[in-house]
Amino acid sequence: MTTPRTTGIANPVEHLDPSPAVSDAVKPTTCYMCACRCGIRVHLKDGRIRYIEGNPDHPVNKGVICAKGSAGIMQHYSPARLSKPLLRTGERGSGDFKEIEWEEALSLAATWLGRIRETDPKRLAFFTGRDQSQSFTGWWAKQFGTPNFAAHGGFCSVNMAAAGLYSIGGSFWEFGEPDWHNAKYFLMFGVAEDHDSNPIKAGLAALKARGAKYVAVNPVQTGYAAIADEVVAIRPGTDGLFVLALVHELLRTDRIDLEFLVRYTNAAWLVIDAPGTAEHGLFARDAAGAPLAWDRARNEAVDAATAGMQPAVVGEYLLADGRTARPVFHLLAERYLDGAYAPEAVADRCGIPAATIHRIAREMAEVAFEQAIELPQPWTDTQGRRHETMRGRPVAMHAMRGISAHSNGFQTCRAIHLLQMLLGAIDTPGSWRYKSPFPRPIPPGAAPVGKGAKPNTALPGMALGFPRGPEDLLLEDDGTPVRIDKAFTWEAPMALHGMMHTVIANAHAGDPYRIDTLFMYMANMAWNSAMNPADTARMLTDKDPATGDYVIPHVIYADAYASEMVAHADLVFPDTTYLERWDCVSLLDRPIGSPEGPADSIRQPILPPDRDVRAFQSVLVDLGARLKLPGFVTETGAPLYRDYADYIVNHQRSPGVGPLAGFRGADGSKSGVGEPNPEQLQRYVANGAFWSHHHPPEALYYKHANAAYLAEAKALGLIGSTAQIVLQLYSEPVQRFRLAAEGHGPIQPPPADRPRILAAFDPLPIWYPPLDHAHGPDSAYPLRAVTQRPAAMYHSWHSQNAWLRQIYGANRLYMNRATAAALGIAEDDWVWVISRHGRVKGQARLMEGLNPDTVWTWNAIGKRAGAWGLAADAPESTRGFLLNQVITEFLPEDAGGTRHANADPVTGQAAWYDLRVRVEKAAGPAETMPQPSALRPPPHMRPGPDILRYGQAAE
Amino acid sequence: MTSIPARTGKQLGLVIDLDTCVGCHACAVNCKEWNTSGHTAPLTDFSPYGAGQDGVWLNRIHAYEAGLGADSRTVNFPRSCLHCAEPACVTVCPTGASYKRAEDGIVLVNAEICIGCKLCSWACPYGAREFDPDQGVMRKCTLCIDRIYNENIAEAERVPACVKACPTQARHFGDFADPNSNVSQLVAQRGGVDLMPELGYRPTNKYLPPRPRRTTVPAARPAEPTPTGTANALLRWVDRALSR
Repeated sequence: MTTPRTTGIANPVEHLDPSPAVSDAVKPTTCYMCACRCGIRVHLKDGRIRYIEGNPDHPVNKGVICAKGSAGIMQHYSPARLSKPLLRTGERGSGDFKEIEWEEALSLAATWLGRIRETDPKRLAFFTGRDQSQSFTGWWAKQFGTPNFAAHGGFCSVNMAAAGLYSIGGSFWEFGEPDWHNAKYFLMFGVAEDHDSNPIKAGLAALKARGAKYVAVNPVQTGYAAIADEVVAIRPGTDGLFVLALVHELLRTDRIDLEFLVRYTNAAWLVIDAPGTAEHGLFARDAAGAPLAWDRARNEAVDAATAGMQPAVVGEYLLADGRTARPVFHLLAERYLDGAYAPEAVADRCGIPAATIHRIAREMAEVAFEQAIELPQPWTDTQGRRHETMRGRPVAMHAMRGISAHSNGFQTCRAIHLLQMLLGAIDTPGSWRYKSPFPRPIPPGAAPVGKGAKPNTALPGMALGFPRGPEDLLLEDDGTPVRIDKAFTWEAPMALHGMMHTVIANAHAGDPYRIDTLFMYMANMAWNSAMNPADTARMLTDKDPATGDYVIPHVIYADAYASEMVAHADLVFPDTTYLERWDCVSLLDRPIGSPEGPADSIRQPILPPDRDVRAFQSVLVDLGARLKLPGFVTETGAPLYRDYADYIVNHQRSPGVGPLAGFRGADGSKSGVGEPNPEQLQRYVANGAFWSHHHPPEALYYKHANAAYLAEAKALGLIGSTAQIVLQLYSEPVQRFRLAAEGHGPIQPPPADRPRILAAFDPLPIWYPPLDHAHGPDSAYPLRAVTQRPAAMYHSWHSQNAWLRQIYGANRLYMNRATAAALGIAEDDWVWVISRHGRVKGQARLMEGLNPDTVWTWNAIGKRAGAWGLAADAPESTRGFLLNQVITEFLPEDAGGTRHANADPVTGQAAWYDLRVRVEKAAGPAETMPQPSALRPPPHMRPGPDILRYGQAAE
Repeated sequence: MTSIPARTGKQLGLVIDLDTCVGCHACAVNCKEWNTSGHTAPLTDFSPYGAGQDGVWLNRIHAYEAGLGADSRTVNFPRSCLHCAEPACVTVCPTGASYKRAEDGIVLVNAEICIGCKLCSWACPYGAREFDPDQGVMRKCTLCIDRIYNENIAEAERVPACVKACPTQARHFGDFADPNSNVSQLVAQRGGVDLMPELGYRPTNKYLPPRPRRTTVPAARPAEPTPTGTANALLRWVDRALSR
């Protein structure tokens, strides 16, 4: 092609200012567009937000920002924002409200809550959703005296937390990360793009730039999996089988790091072999309670922590008391060398060729042992031994939702940790690393609290905790559950994060008891956060025929936006946006530390609210004072804190330890522990809204056994002891629950529950099929159905976001092209997705990069008409759909008539991804079904504009 | 018909790495956010809370699949103006509104004299221009002309918003006229390509292709032990000298 250059007209000069003023002011704060908690700089111009960018100095995102964070402007100015407290006037669920003043709203809530507290505090169920202030909300519940508190972890990631904390003293989730700058081989299981999202993206780029191999184990090739060097398109729910086959191969070929195992794990600890007794499977211990190992030099059992001893790892040994015992390693080698774990035995179930499993095992071993790293960094271990270098096995792993959201997720995640430990790849150079404040002791904290809750009395400890065995369950003396969600019962003994997904169903059924008030925050339980939205809406609106009152008498809800849940509340507290409040991301809660050291951060009000709204945490401070909860009032009963900001600065959880670790002490010079500093928030603002501390180089790896690290962590208040944290290949707490199910000890499960406990509670990782798969033949429901999180949308929050909803405004059902063809389904066809529980209609999209037995869709795009400030014909409600419509909270009744939660039997984690479906071509109108009635928007909520010209210069 | 400079001093543009792009849309939304209040303000949104929601974007992300079955792969593809050396969008402009800067090669639209005839968008084979029917003008990527020379912005951050935002460092900004620049070096090392070179627009922006999949077996090592049976396998570890 030729272009005329000389015959054209000359360019008229454009008036172009290359150096315009960007803003009048720039304020640092912390993003809240997802759980990542990146540092941002907000530019203001003429009193409006001009631009939100990543803070280059921030330890989480180091200057980058994602699509969600970049769309914060539209979140802040959303027409779906609530503007005043609301009191229900019509039937619950109708959306009929009147606006009331804050004083009326707060005194009404205080009346309801006060009556509960002075009679039976557990009749308050206080559950917060994607709350980033759980150390505060949990403490409020404790001071109120109800055991019925949790946030959304039970339906999100508790399997990752529990498996990690009970195995390695840390977890994947967002609390550990691959050593992005040294790893040479990286295996990522089922990670969606909403936790730690910017660090993972940046890490993948760093990994690829160095030429490391990245293997994605994921049925779907989108997002992170799209850039993998190899994709293992596994069948959902079979990851544990795949991992244990890798374990089998490493043991078979003797490609394991035994030196690491005996020094840093319980591989050599002796396990009592006395079948049929109450001690079978527990560790042999000395008189002081220390676990024993067999010293080959002395030919006797000694304290397993004895420096320099020569431990036996296989064999059967006679203990002084005449019993026999075998080392943990013996038990695990015996189990996983069995042919049942061979690649050939699992390949078909996983949908992965056996040759691929063999090859990946060889590749990992090659990298771990032939490409080991020696960092020239001396360090000293907890035995006092100096090491001249830090040796690393540069094989890193990471896992999240694809592992977590199955009823076998706890054991599958334990299997991944087992694989890491066998390779010597925990917190060594190039492997997976703890992020501060982890590692922590195993288990990391006190048992859950809640038995014997009394009127007008705070609980003696936090409701959520870490059980060590049946004696720590929250069961009344007659065996009935203490908690409304049945967490820490035989339903889910290790439900560390509670079970938010069972609260409404249990409260509705009065099982284990009725409650008075359901108080929720930022949890869209009437829609996408319910395992089944239609059932949940019915339970929230059901009335007791005897009394004519709602079965759940009071519902209080706090949210910034007109979500589906707002319409199902009696009293609504309108929250601020994340740019209108003081807030803190605390080390007491969900920390943002890195492998280099601890960090925490704040949010500051960038703009004052232009509506009659209040930050929810300040509302809780106010309610705490009205209820005269201990810790919220002075001795004379006056409010102790002005608002949440005042609490952040002045509250001390233990002497010198408060919500923020930085700039403590009267002059702000102390880190971790120190008296409150009245200027603390201003110091954070001046520092870019965060605080971080870097450990010295000798403390950066082997933290579980690194003397320098543990000493500094204790000095900073991150950990209570400098003792070595011995990694647990074999979990004794799990065995204690198992022994109870075998009929030992004073606290035993009901006979009908025993097979279920015995099947899931194994002290060494196991695999069992997802529980729901036992109900109905595979031939009726041949496909696995899962959701993925788009990188540009966080749950339901962003469907109202004018920019993000242009990217994801309606979701499709993605099907493998060949699978669809066999069913006669073509691109764009409308289809029914049918499970044993129900059917939902959506539109098909076909793809190649998908396990043929799997269908998937984007999570939480579908909306109920009328919610979130969207027009009634918005595609989110006409074409968007939720797989939740075909999931259920409960498994079918068992033989004894018990309905168990559709959850992991160990942790109570909601088993979203156990869903099996069949797909059929649908006739009828081109819109989604079921189509619940449209919600009425709250009073005075104005519809959004038809045209948005954000940024247009004022005329 | 508008003329284009015979040659430009600098030749500013982007390198986009398809090997690390995860399709997260960070670049597109950050671009929208910066530019809706910037030189090209506003980037209008239509029906922002209703059906048929759409708006003006200077950068959009598409995902494609290539290959069949187990060999298929997903490629995320960001699409924006390529700031061509032979931009037909400029030469077709009847008013001179569409122009290519002599000093740095950036293709811009002078909104004050754009009559909204859309000839330029018809001339662009890359679909990089978006018409705003509300404002009556054509919009396109400016390489953040109000950022890259902006003395009110820290020097290290004088890059287009998309480049600054990108979490996977899949976007690089620089001067292609300088063979030693970061972008020229990346293109040389990674085999950067032109989009549809056969059309002769000589785009400035280059794309780095995805690297091949790696499913190779590691280098051969001595034969692996193959003990027969579990009991024999355990025997290997009986006399292993280990120290706690």
